[in-house]
Amino acid sequence: MSLTQTEMLDGRVIARHPPKYFAHGVTAVWTRRLIVLGALVLWEIWTRLAGNSELIAPPSSIVRALFSDILSDAAIRGAIMLTLFEVVSAYALAIVVGLAMGLAIGSTNLSRRSLFPVVLLLYAIPQVILLPLFTLGFGIGPAAKIAFGFSHGVFPILVNVVAGMRNVNPLYLKAARSMGARRSDIIRNVTFPHMVASFFTGLRLSMTMTLLGVILAELYVSTAGVGYFTKLFAETFDPAPLFALIGTLAIMAIGLNEIVRAVERRFTRWKDWAP
Amino acid sequence: MKETSPLPARAIQLGFLASLMAAWFIIGRTGAISPLFVPPMEAVWRAFIALVQTDQFWSAVATTLRTIGEAYGIAVTSGVLIGYLVTRSRFLTQVLEPIVSGFFAIPITLFFPLFILLFGIGPASKVAYGAAYGFFPIALNTIAGLAGVNRNYLNAARSMGLSSFGTFRHVLFPAAFPVILTGLRIGFFICFASVLGGETISSVSGVGRNIALAAELMEPARMYAWIVVVIATALALNTLVSMVENRMRLY
Repeated sequence: MSLTQTEMLDGRVIARHPPKYFAHGVTAVWTRRLIVLGALVLWEIWTRLAGNSELIAPPSSIVRALFSDILSDAAIRGAIMLTLFEVVSAYALAIVVGLAMGLAIGSTNLSRRSLFPVVLLLYAIPQVILLPLFTLGFGIGPAAKIAFGFSHGVFPILVNVVAGMRNVNPLYLKAARSMGARRSDIIRNVTFPHMVASFFTGLRLSMTMTLLGVILAELYVSTAGVGYFTKLFAETFDPAPLFALIGTLAIMAIGLNEIVRAVERRFTRWKDWAP
Repeated sequence: MKETSPLPARAIQLGFLASLMAAWFIIGRTGAISPLFVPPMEAVWRAFIALVQTDQFWSAVATTLRTIGEAYGIAVTSGVLIGYLVTRSRFLTQVLEPIVSGFFAIPITLFFPLFILLFGIGPASKVAYGAAYGFFPIALNTIAGLAGVNRNYLNAARSMGLSSFGTFRHVLFPAAFPVILTGLRIGFFICFASVLGGETISSVSGVGRNIALAAELMEPARMYAWIVVVIATALALNTLVSMVENRMRLY
Protein backbone atom coordinates (compact mmCIF):
# COMPACT_ATOMS: atom_id res chain seq x y z
CA MET A 1 0.00 0.00 0.00
CA SER A 2 2.78 2.39 -0.75
CA LEU A 3 0.84 5.56 -1.26
CA THR A 4 4.04 7.52 -0.77
CA GLN A 5 4.65 7.40 -4.48
CA THR A 6 1.54 9.29 -5.41
CA GLU A 7 0.32 12.22 -3.51
CA MET A 8 -3.15 13.59 -3.86
CA LEU A 9 -3.46 17.31 -3.35
CA ASP A 10 -6.64 19.11 -4.29
CA GLY A 11 -7.62 16.18 -6.44
CA ARG A 12 -4.45 16.47 -8.48
CA VAL A 13 -1.94 13.70 -8.28
CA ILE A 14 1.72 14.53 -8.27
CA ALA A 15 4.10 11.70 -8.97
CA ARG A 16 7.02 11.78 -6.57
CA HIS A 17 10.34 10.56 -7.76
CA PRO A 18 12.87 8.86 -5.53
CA PRO A 19 14.90 11.47 -3.69
CA LYS A 20 18.38 12.17 -5.03
CA TYR A 21 20.20 12.79 -1.79
CA PHE A 22 20.75 9.10 -0.99
CA ALA A 23 24.07 8.55 -2.70
CA HIS A 24 25.06 4.91 -2.63
CA GLY A 25 28.64 4.77 -1.44
CA VAL A 26 30.51 1.49 -1.35
CA THR A 27 31.01 1.73 2.43
CA ALA A 28 27.29 2.26 2.93
CA VAL A 29 26.44 -0.78 0.83
CA TRP A 30 28.84 -3.03 2.77
CA THR A 31 27.74 -1.68 6.14
CA ARG A 32 24.15 -2.41 5.12
CA ARG A 33 25.01 -5.97 4.12
CA LEU A 34 26.83 -6.48 7.42
CA ILE A 35 23.85 -5.17 9.39
CA VAL A 36 21.45 -7.55 7.60
CA LEU A 37 23.86 -10.46 8.10
CA GLY A 38 24.32 -9.56 11.77
CA ALA A 39 20.56 -9.42 12.27
CA LEU A 40 20.20 -12.91 10.76
CA VAL A 41 22.96 -14.30 12.99
CA LEU A 42 21.38 -12.72 16.09
CA TRP A 43 17.99 -14.13 15.06
CA GLU A 44 19.53 -17.60 14.69
CA ILE A 45 21.30 -17.46 18.07
CA TRP A 46 18.33 -15.98 19.91
CA THR A 47 15.78 -18.50 18.58
CA ARG A 48 18.11 -21.42 19.34
CA LEU A 49 18.82 -20.31 22.89
CA ALA A 50 15.72 -18.52 24.13
CA GLY A 51 13.02 -18.53 21.47
CA ASN A 52 9.71 -20.36 21.69
CA SER A 53 10.01 -23.02 19.00
CA GLU A 54 6.24 -23.09 18.48
CA LEU A 55 6.21 -19.44 17.41
CA ILE A 56 9.53 -18.48 15.85
CA ALA A 57 11.93 -20.57 13.79
CA PRO A 58 15.66 -19.88 13.30
CA PRO A 59 16.69 -18.89 9.74
CA SER A 60 18.58 -22.14 9.17
CA SER A 61 15.52 -24.32 9.76
CA ILE A 62 13.41 -21.96 7.62
CA VAL A 63 15.77 -22.54 4.69
CA ARG A 64 15.64 -26.28 5.36
CA ALA A 65 11.81 -26.15 5.48
CA LEU A 66 11.79 -24.25 2.18
CA PHE A 67 13.31 -27.24 0.41
CA SER A 68 11.92 -30.11 2.49
CA ASP A 69 8.33 -28.89 3.00
CA ILE A 70 7.48 -26.12 0.56
CA LEU A 71 9.18 -26.72 -2.77
CA SER A 72 8.97 -30.52 -2.62
CA ASP A 73 5.23 -30.56 -1.89
CA ALA A 74 3.23 -30.57 -5.12
CA ALA A 75 0.12 -29.20 -3.39
CA ILE A 76 1.98 -26.17 -2.03
CA ARG A 77 3.79 -25.61 -5.34
CA GLY A 78 0.36 -25.65 -6.98
CA ALA A 79 -0.95 -23.13 -4.42
CA ILE A 80 1.94 -20.76 -5.14
CA MET A 81 1.36 -21.07 -8.90
CA LEU A 82 -2.36 -20.44 -8.35
CA THR A 83 -1.62 -17.25 -6.41
CA LEU A 84 0.77 -16.13 -9.14
CA PHE A 85 -1.92 -16.79 -11.73
CA GLU A 86 -4.49 -14.81 -9.71
CA VAL A 87 -2.12 -11.85 -9.34
CA VAL A 88 -1.20 -11.79 -13.03
CA SER A 89 -4.83 -12.07 -14.21
CA ALA A 90 -6.03 -9.38 -11.80
CA TYR A 91 -3.14 -7.11 -12.80
CA ALA A 92 -3.78 -7.55 -16.53
CA LEU A 93 -7.46 -6.75 -16.03
CA ALA A 94 -6.59 -3.71 -13.90
CA ILE A 95 -4.22 -2.36 -16.59
CA VAL A 96 -6.72 -2.76 -19.44
CA VAL A 97 -9.73 -1.37 -17.58
CA GLY A 98 -7.77 1.31 -15.71
CA LEU A 99 -6.09 2.62 -18.85
CA ALA A 100 -9.33 2.61 -20.88
CA MET A 101 -11.36 4.33 -18.17
CA GLY A 102 -8.56 6.77 -17.42
CA LEU A 103 -8.28 7.80 -21.07
CA ALA A 104 -12.07 8.16 -21.30
CA ILE A 105 -12.35 10.25 -18.13
CA GLY A 106 -9.28 12.36 -18.83
CA SER A 107 -10.06 13.09 -22.46
CA THR A 108 -12.31 16.11 -21.94
CA ASN A 109 -12.46 18.80 -19.29
CA LEU A 110 -16.10 18.13 -18.49
CA SER A 111 -15.74 14.39 -18.00
CA ARG A 112 -12.67 14.86 -15.83
CA ARG A 113 -14.23 17.49 -13.61
CA SER A 114 -17.44 15.56 -13.17
CA LEU A 115 -16.23 11.97 -12.91
CA PHE A 116 -12.75 12.25 -11.36
CA PRO A 117 -14.08 13.33 -7.93
CA VAL A 118 -16.36 10.27 -7.99
CA VAL A 119 -13.34 8.06 -8.68
CA LEU A 120 -11.34 9.69 -5.87
CA LEU A 121 -14.31 9.22 -3.54
CA LEU A 122 -14.41 5.48 -4.34
CA TYR A 123 -10.62 5.29 -3.98
CA ALA A 124 -10.87 6.66 -0.43
CA ILE A 125 -13.07 3.79 0.80
CA PRO A 126 -11.18 1.05 2.66
CA GLN A 127 -12.04 -1.73 0.23
CA VAL A 128 -11.25 -4.53 2.63
CA ILE A 129 -14.70 -4.15 4.22
CA LEU A 130 -16.19 -5.28 0.90
CA LEU A 131 -14.22 -8.54 1.03
CA PRO A 132 -17.14 -10.63 2.39
CA LEU A 133 -19.29 -9.22 -0.41
CA PHE A 134 -16.76 -10.39 -3.02
CA THR A 135 -16.85 -13.86 -1.51
CA LEU A 136 -20.66 -13.83 -1.62
CA GLY A 137 -20.62 -12.73 -5.24
CA PHE A 138 -17.72 -14.76 -6.65
CA GLY A 139 -17.53 -17.79 -4.39
CA ILE A 140 -14.48 -19.07 -2.55
CA GLY A 141 -12.49 -20.01 -5.65
CA PRO A 142 -9.90 -18.01 -7.62
CA ALA A 143 -12.57 -15.75 -9.18
CA ALA A 144 -13.11 -13.85 -5.91
CA LYS A 145 -9.34 -13.36 -5.48
CA ILE A 146 -8.95 -12.07 -9.04
CA ALA A 147 -11.93 -9.74 -8.64
CA PHE A 148 -10.67 -8.40 -5.31
CA GLY A 149 -7.14 -7.94 -6.61
CA PHE A 150 -8.54 -6.16 -9.66
CA SER A 151 -10.65 -3.82 -7.52
CA HIS A 152 -7.51 -2.85 -5.60
CA GLY A 153 -5.30 -2.54 -8.65
CA VAL A 154 -7.53 -0.60 -11.01
CA PHE A 155 -7.70 2.65 -9.02
CA PRO A 156 -4.01 3.62 -8.94
CA ILE A 157 -3.78 3.18 -12.72
CA LEU A 158 -7.01 5.05 -13.40
CA VAL A 159 -6.07 7.95 -11.11
CA ASN A 160 -2.53 8.25 -12.47
CA VAL A 161 -3.63 8.12 -16.11
CA VAL A 162 -6.11 10.95 -15.54
CA ALA A 163 -3.52 12.93 -13.56
CA GLY A 164 -0.86 12.29 -16.19
CA MET A 165 -3.08 13.60 -18.96
CA ARG A 166 -3.77 16.70 -16.91
CA ASN A 167 -0.16 17.38 -15.96
CA VAL A 168 1.08 17.95 -19.50
CA ASN A 169 2.63 21.41 -19.69
CA PRO A 170 -0.07 23.61 -21.32
CA LEU A 171 2.73 25.44 -23.14
CA TYR A 172 3.52 22.30 -25.17
CA LEU A 173 -0.14 21.88 -26.06
CA LYS A 174 -0.37 25.51 -27.12
CA ALA A 175 2.81 25.24 -29.15
CA ALA A 176 1.62 22.07 -30.90
CA ARG A 177 -1.74 23.63 -31.65
CA SER A 178 -0.26 26.87 -32.95
CA MET A 179 2.02 24.88 -35.22
CA GLY A 180 -1.06 23.26 -36.71
CA ALA A 181 -1.13 19.84 -35.06
CA ARG A 182 -4.38 17.95 -35.22
CA ARG A 183 -6.10 16.62 -32.10
CA SER A 184 -4.96 13.06 -32.85
CA ASP A 185 -1.37 14.30 -33.40
CA ILE A 186 -1.43 16.08 -30.05
CA ILE A 187 -2.64 13.00 -28.21
CA ARG A 188 -0.10 10.74 -29.91
CA ASN A 189 2.95 12.98 -29.83
CA VAL A 190 2.46 15.29 -26.84
CA THR A 191 0.00 13.89 -24.30
CA PHE A 192 1.06 10.27 -24.55
CA PRO A 193 4.84 10.63 -24.06
CA HIS A 194 4.27 12.93 -21.11
CA MET A 195 1.76 10.59 -19.55
CA VAL A 196 4.22 7.68 -19.51
CA ALA A 197 5.96 8.62 -16.23
CA SER A 198 2.72 9.06 -14.36
CA PHE A 199 1.27 5.92 -15.93
CA PHE A 200 4.20 3.85 -14.73
CA THR A 201 3.89 5.25 -11.22
CA GLY A 202 0.33 3.95 -11.40
CA LEU A 203 1.51 0.59 -12.72
CA ARG A 204 4.00 0.20 -9.88
CA LEU A 205 1.46 1.19 -7.24
CA SER A 206 -1.12 -1.05 -8.87
CA MET A 207 1.16 -4.08 -8.64
CA THR A 208 1.55 -3.55 -4.88
CA MET A 209 -2.19 -3.07 -4.45
CA THR A 210 -3.14 -6.06 -6.62
CA LEU A 211 -0.85 -8.27 -4.56
CA LEU A 212 -2.40 -6.88 -1.40
CA GLY A 213 -5.92 -7.56 -2.66
CA VAL A 214 -5.16 -11.12 -3.77
CA ILE A 215 -3.36 -11.97 -0.51
CA LEU A 216 -6.13 -10.46 1.63
CA ALA A 217 -8.72 -12.52 -0.24
CA GLU A 218 -6.52 -15.62 0.04
CA LEU A 219 -6.17 -15.17 3.79
CA TYR A 220 -9.87 -14.45 4.28
CA VAL A 221 -11.15 -17.68 2.80
CA SER A 222 -9.37 -20.23 0.69
CA THR A 223 -9.58 -23.98 0.26
CA ALA A 224 -6.54 -24.66 -1.89
CA GLY A 225 -4.44 -21.51 -2.28
CA VAL A 226 -1.60 -20.04 -0.30
CA GLY A 227 -4.02 -18.69 2.29
CA TYR A 228 -5.08 -22.20 3.18
CA PHE A 229 -1.53 -23.36 3.83
CA THR A 230 -0.49 -20.27 5.84
CA LYS A 231 -3.54 -20.81 8.06
CA LEU A 232 -2.72 -24.51 8.37
CA PHE A 233 0.88 -23.89 9.45
CA ALA A 234 -0.09 -21.06 11.82
CA GLU A 235 -2.81 -23.10 13.48
CA THR A 236 -0.60 -26.17 13.93
CA PHE A 237 2.22 -24.04 15.41
CA ASP A 238 4.67 -25.06 12.74
CA PRO A 239 6.63 -21.84 12.18
CA ALA A 240 9.48 -23.04 9.95
CA PRO A 241 7.37 -23.91 6.86
CA LEU A 242 5.15 -20.88 7.58
CA PHE A 243 8.15 -18.53 7.45
CA ALA A 244 9.44 -20.35 4.37
CA LEU A 245 6.11 -19.99 2.53
CA ILE A 246 5.83 -16.32 3.48
CA GLY A 247 9.42 -15.80 2.37
CA THR A 248 8.69 -17.43 -0.99
CA LEU A 249 5.72 -15.12 -1.51
CA ALA A 250 7.77 -12.09 -0.45
CA ILE A 251 10.42 -12.99 -3.04
CA MET A 252 7.63 -13.39 -5.62
CA ALA A 253 6.32 -9.93 -4.68
CA ILE A 254 9.77 -8.36 -5.02
CA GLY A 255 10.30 -10.16 -8.35
CA LEU A 256 7.01 -8.88 -9.79
CA ASN A 257 7.84 -5.34 -8.64
CA GLU A 258 11.26 -5.55 -10.27
CA ILE A 259 9.71 -6.66 -13.58
CA VAL A 260 7.46 -3.58 -13.56
CA ARG A 261 10.45 -1.38 -12.74
CA ALA A 262 12.53 -2.87 -15.55
CA VAL A 263 9.71 -2.23 -18.04
CA GLU A 264 9.41 1.31 -16.69
CA ARG A 265 13.13 1.98 -17.20
CA ARG A 266 12.86 0.66 -20.73
CA PHE A 267 9.98 2.99 -21.61
CA THR A 268 11.13 6.15 -19.86
CA ARG A 269 14.67 5.99 -21.26
CA TRP A 270 13.91 8.69 -23.79
CA LYS A 271 13.63 11.19 -20.95
CA ASP A 272 17.36 10.96 -20.29
CA TRP A 273 18.25 12.48 -23.62
CA ALA A 274 15.09 14.36 -24.51
CA PRO A 275 15.51 18.12 -24.13
CA MET B 1 -4.44 24.69 -8.80
CA LYS B 2 -7.72 23.88 -7.10
CA GLU B 3 -9.94 21.65 -9.19
CA THR B 4 -12.98 23.86 -9.64
CA SER B 5 -16.29 22.19 -10.24
CA PRO B 6 -18.63 24.31 -12.31
CA LEU B 7 -22.35 23.70 -12.44
CA PRO B 8 -22.54 21.02 -15.18
CA ALA B 9 -19.84 18.94 -13.46
CA ARG B 10 -21.67 19.13 -10.12
CA ALA B 11 -24.89 18.17 -11.88
CA ILE B 12 -23.27 15.08 -13.42
CA GLN B 13 -21.83 14.08 -10.02
CA LEU B 14 -25.21 14.42 -8.33
CA GLY B 15 -26.83 12.62 -11.23
CA PHE B 16 -24.35 9.78 -10.86
CA LEU B 17 -25.13 9.38 -7.16
CA ALA B 18 -28.88 9.70 -7.80
CA SER B 19 -28.83 7.05 -10.55
CA LEU B 20 -26.81 4.75 -8.29
CA MET B 21 -29.46 5.15 -5.58
CA ALA B 22 -32.27 4.68 -8.12
CA ALA B 23 -30.63 1.54 -9.49
CA TRP B 24 -30.33 0.15 -5.96
CA PHE B 25 -33.99 0.98 -5.29
CA ILE B 26 -35.21 -0.61 -8.54
CA ILE B 27 -33.10 -3.74 -8.01
CA GLY B 28 -34.60 -4.06 -4.54
CA ARG B 29 -38.14 -3.68 -5.92
CA THR B 30 -37.87 -6.01 -8.90
CA GLY B 31 -35.41 -8.51 -7.44
CA ALA B 32 -33.28 -8.42 -10.61
CA ILE B 33 -30.24 -9.38 -8.56
CA SER B 34 -30.60 -11.86 -5.72
CA PRO B 35 -31.49 -9.99 -2.50
CA LEU B 36 -28.81 -12.12 -0.88
CA PHE B 37 -26.25 -10.11 -2.82
CA VAL B 38 -27.97 -6.72 -3.10
CA PRO B 39 -30.65 -6.38 -0.41
CA PRO B 40 -33.42 -3.79 -0.89
CA MET B 41 -32.69 -0.29 0.37
CA GLU B 42 -35.50 -0.29 2.96
CA ALA B 43 -34.21 -3.53 4.46
CA VAL B 44 -30.75 -2.02 4.87
CA TRP B 45 -32.24 1.08 6.48
CA ARG B 46 -34.27 -1.05 8.92
CA ALA B 47 -31.19 -3.14 9.69
CA PHE B 48 -29.21 0.04 10.29
CA ILE B 49 -31.81 1.39 12.76
CA ALA B 50 -31.90 -1.95 14.57
CA LEU B 51 -28.11 -2.15 14.59
CA VAL B 52 -27.54 1.28 16.12
CA GLN B 53 -29.82 0.39 19.03
CA THR B 54 -27.82 -2.66 20.06
CA ASP B 55 -25.00 -2.61 22.62
CA GLN B 56 -23.09 -4.94 20.35
CA PHE B 57 -22.79 -2.16 17.77
CA TRP B 58 -21.25 0.34 20.17
CA SER B 59 -18.89 -2.15 21.75
CA ALA B 60 -17.66 -3.24 18.30
CA VAL B 61 -17.12 0.40 17.29
CA ALA B 62 -15.33 1.10 20.57
CA THR B 63 -13.04 -1.92 20.12
CA THR B 64 -12.12 -0.91 16.59
CA LEU B 65 -11.54 2.75 17.47
CA ARG B 66 -9.34 1.80 20.42
CA THR B 67 -7.38 -0.63 18.24
CA ILE B 68 -6.85 2.02 15.57
CA GLY B 69 -5.86 4.59 18.20
CA GLU B 70 -3.29 2.32 19.82
CA ALA B 71 -1.88 1.12 16.48
CA TYR B 72 -1.58 4.67 15.16
CA GLY B 73 -0.04 5.90 18.40
CA ILE B 74 2.66 3.24 18.23
CA ALA B 75 3.24 3.87 14.52
CA VAL B 76 3.61 7.64 14.94
CA THR B 77 5.89 7.44 18.00
CA SER B 78 8.19 4.77 16.60
CA GLY B 79 8.11 6.08 13.03
CA VAL B 80 9.00 9.67 13.88
CA LEU B 81 11.56 8.64 16.52
CA ILE B 82 13.35 6.15 14.27
CA GLY B 83 13.15 8.54 11.32
CA TYR B 84 14.76 11.24 13.48
CA LEU B 85 17.49 8.96 14.82
CA VAL B 86 18.34 7.59 11.38
CA THR B 87 18.82 11.06 9.90
CA ARG B 88 21.21 12.16 12.70
CA SER B 89 24.04 11.15 10.42
CA ARG B 90 24.26 11.21 6.67
CA PHE B 91 26.07 7.88 6.64
CA LEU B 92 23.41 6.21 8.80
CA THR B 93 20.73 7.53 6.43
CA GLN B 94 22.53 6.03 3.44
CA VAL B 95 22.89 2.70 5.21
CA LEU B 96 19.46 2.32 6.77
CA GLU B 97 17.00 4.10 4.47
CA PRO B 98 17.18 1.36 1.77
CA ILE B 99 16.57 -1.29 4.45
CA VAL B 100 13.41 0.45 5.64
CA SER B 101 12.10 1.11 2.12
CA GLY B 102 13.06 -2.43 1.07
CA PHE B 103 10.89 -3.88 3.84
CA PHE B 104 8.06 -1.60 2.77
CA ALA B 105 8.14 -3.15 -0.73
CA ILE B 106 7.00 -6.49 0.73
CA PRO B 107 3.25 -6.62 1.43
CA ILE B 108 3.03 -6.88 5.23
CA THR B 109 -0.29 -8.68 4.81
CA LEU B 110 1.80 -11.77 3.99
CA PHE B 111 2.98 -11.77 7.60
CA PHE B 112 -0.53 -11.50 9.00
CA PRO B 113 -0.64 -15.18 10.10
CA LEU B 114 2.55 -14.50 12.08
CA PHE B 115 0.88 -11.64 13.91
CA ILE B 116 -1.97 -13.97 14.86
CA LEU B 117 0.55 -16.60 15.93
CA LEU B 118 2.53 -14.18 18.09
CA PHE B 119 -0.20 -11.92 19.51
CA GLY B 120 -3.29 -14.13 19.53
CA ILE B 121 -6.63 -13.59 17.88
CA GLY B 122 -7.69 -10.64 20.07
CA PRO B 123 -7.18 -6.91 19.42
CA ALA B 124 -3.45 -7.11 20.28
CA SER B 125 -2.60 -8.74 16.93
CA LYS B 126 -4.50 -6.02 15.05
CA VAL B 127 -2.71 -3.31 17.03
CA ALA B 128 0.63 -4.85 16.06
CA TYR B 129 -0.44 -5.36 12.43
CA GLY B 130 -1.84 -1.84 12.05
CA ALA B 131 1.22 -0.35 13.77
CA ALA B 132 3.61 -2.30 11.52
CA TYR B 133 1.76 -1.12 8.41
CA GLY B 134 1.52 2.48 9.58
CA PHE B 135 5.15 2.63 10.72
CA PHE B 136 6.74 2.49 7.27
CA PRO B 137 5.19 5.50 5.50
CA ILE B 138 5.69 7.59 8.64
CA ALA B 139 9.34 6.56 9.12
CA LEU B 140 10.15 6.89 5.40
CA ASN B 141 8.56 10.33 5.13
CA THR B 142 10.28 11.49 8.32
CA ILE B 143 13.61 10.34 6.88
CA ALA B 144 12.86 11.97 3.52
CA GLY B 145 11.71 15.19 5.19
CA LEU B 146 14.62 15.56 7.60
CA ALA B 147 17.33 14.38 5.18
CA GLY B 148 15.96 16.59 2.42
CA VAL B 149 16.42 19.84 4.34
CA ASN B 150 18.77 22.10 2.42
CA ARG B 151 22.25 21.86 4.01
CA ASN B 152 22.80 25.57 3.42
CA TYR B 153 20.00 26.46 5.82
CA LEU B 154 21.50 24.28 8.53
CA ASN B 155 25.00 25.61 7.97
CA ALA B 156 23.72 29.18 7.97
CA ALA B 157 21.81 28.62 11.23
CA ARG B 158 24.84 27.04 12.85
CA SER B 159 27.29 29.67 11.65
CA MET B 160 25.00 32.35 13.01
CA GLY B 161 25.32 30.69 16.40
CA LEU B 162 21.99 28.89 16.80
CA SER B 163 22.05 26.07 19.37
CA SER B 164 21.33 22.55 18.17
CA PHE B 165 17.87 22.65 19.77
CA GLY B 166 17.27 26.05 18.22
CA THR B 167 18.29 24.68 14.84
CA PHE B 168 15.84 21.85 15.25
CA ARG B 169 13.06 24.10 16.48
CA HIS B 170 13.41 26.88 13.92
CA VAL B 171 15.05 25.33 10.86
CA LEU B 172 15.02 21.54 10.68
CA PHE B 173 11.49 20.90 11.95
CA PRO B 174 9.62 23.60 9.97
CA ALA B 175 11.48 22.65 6.78
CA ALA B 176 10.72 18.94 7.13
CA PHE B 177 7.21 19.33 8.50
CA PRO B 178 5.14 19.22 5.27
CA VAL B 179 6.74 15.93 4.18
CA ILE B 180 6.34 14.41 7.67
CA LEU B 181 2.71 15.52 7.71
CA THR B 182 2.08 13.66 4.45
CA GLY B 183 3.56 10.55 6.04
CA LEU B 184 1.34 10.95 9.09
CA ARG B 185 -1.76 11.20 6.92
CA ILE B 186 -0.89 8.21 4.72
CA GLY B 187 0.07 6.27 7.84
CA PHE B 188 -3.29 7.00 9.43
CA PHE B 189 -5.36 5.72 6.53
CA ILE B 190 -3.16 2.66 6.12
CA CYS B 191 -3.58 1.99 9.85
CA PHE B 192 -7.35 2.40 9.54
CA ALA B 193 -7.64 0.04 6.57
CA SER B 194 -5.28 -2.59 7.97
CA VAL B 195 -7.00 -2.75 11.37
CA LEU B 196 -10.35 -3.25 9.63
CA GLY B 197 -8.75 -5.79 7.29
CA GLY B 198 -7.17 -7.70 10.15
CA GLU B 199 -10.51 -7.79 11.93
CA THR B 200 -12.27 -9.06 8.81
CA ILE B 201 -9.75 -11.82 8.15
CA SER B 202 -9.29 -13.22 11.62
CA SER B 203 -10.68 -11.78 14.83
CA VAL B 204 -13.20 -12.23 17.61
CA SER B 205 -14.49 -8.66 17.92
CA GLY B 206 -14.63 -5.29 16.20
CA VAL B 207 -16.29 -3.81 13.15
CA GLY B 208 -14.46 -5.93 10.56
CA ARG B 209 -15.40 -9.12 12.40
CA ASN B 210 -19.06 -8.05 12.46
CA ILE B 211 -19.09 -7.46 8.70
CA ALA B 212 -17.61 -10.91 8.08
CA LEU B 213 -20.02 -12.45 10.59
CA ALA B 214 -23.06 -10.86 8.92
CA ALA B 215 -21.85 -12.27 5.59
CA GLU B 216 -21.30 -15.74 7.06
CA LEU B 217 -24.75 -15.72 8.65
CA MET B 218 -26.28 -14.67 5.31
CA GLU B 219 -27.66 -11.41 6.69
CA PRO B 220 -26.86 -9.09 3.78
CA ALA B 221 -28.99 -6.21 5.09
CA ARG B 222 -26.98 -6.05 8.30
CA MET B 223 -23.71 -6.38 6.38
CA TYR B 224 -24.68 -3.48 4.12
CA ALA B 225 -25.65 -1.42 7.16
CA TRP B 226 -22.16 -1.99 8.62
CA ILE B 227 -20.51 -1.21 5.28
CA VAL B 228 -22.44 2.06 5.05
CA VAL B 229 -21.28 2.97 8.57
CA VAL B 230 -17.62 2.32 7.68
CA ILE B 231 -17.78 4.17 4.35
CA ALA B 232 -19.40 7.17 6.02
CA THR B 233 -16.75 7.13 8.75
CA ALA B 234 -13.92 6.85 6.23
CA LEU B 235 -15.21 9.75 4.14
CA ALA B 236 -15.80 11.90 7.24
CA LEU B 237 -12.28 11.14 8.51
CA ASN B 238 -10.87 11.96 5.08
CA THR B 239 -12.53 15.38 5.14
CA LEU B 240 -11.53 15.99 8.75
CA VAL B 241 -7.89 15.03 8.17
CA SER B 242 -7.52 17.22 5.10
CA MET B 243 -9.05 20.13 7.05
CA VAL B 244 -6.62 19.61 9.95
CA GLU B 245 -3.76 19.25 7.49
CA ASN B 246 -4.60 22.50 5.70
CA ARG B 247 -4.78 24.28 9.05
CA MET B 248 -1.40 22.90 10.10
CA ARG B 249 0.20 23.76 6.79
CA LEU B 250 -0.75 27.39 7.34
CA TYR B 251 1.08 27.31 10.63
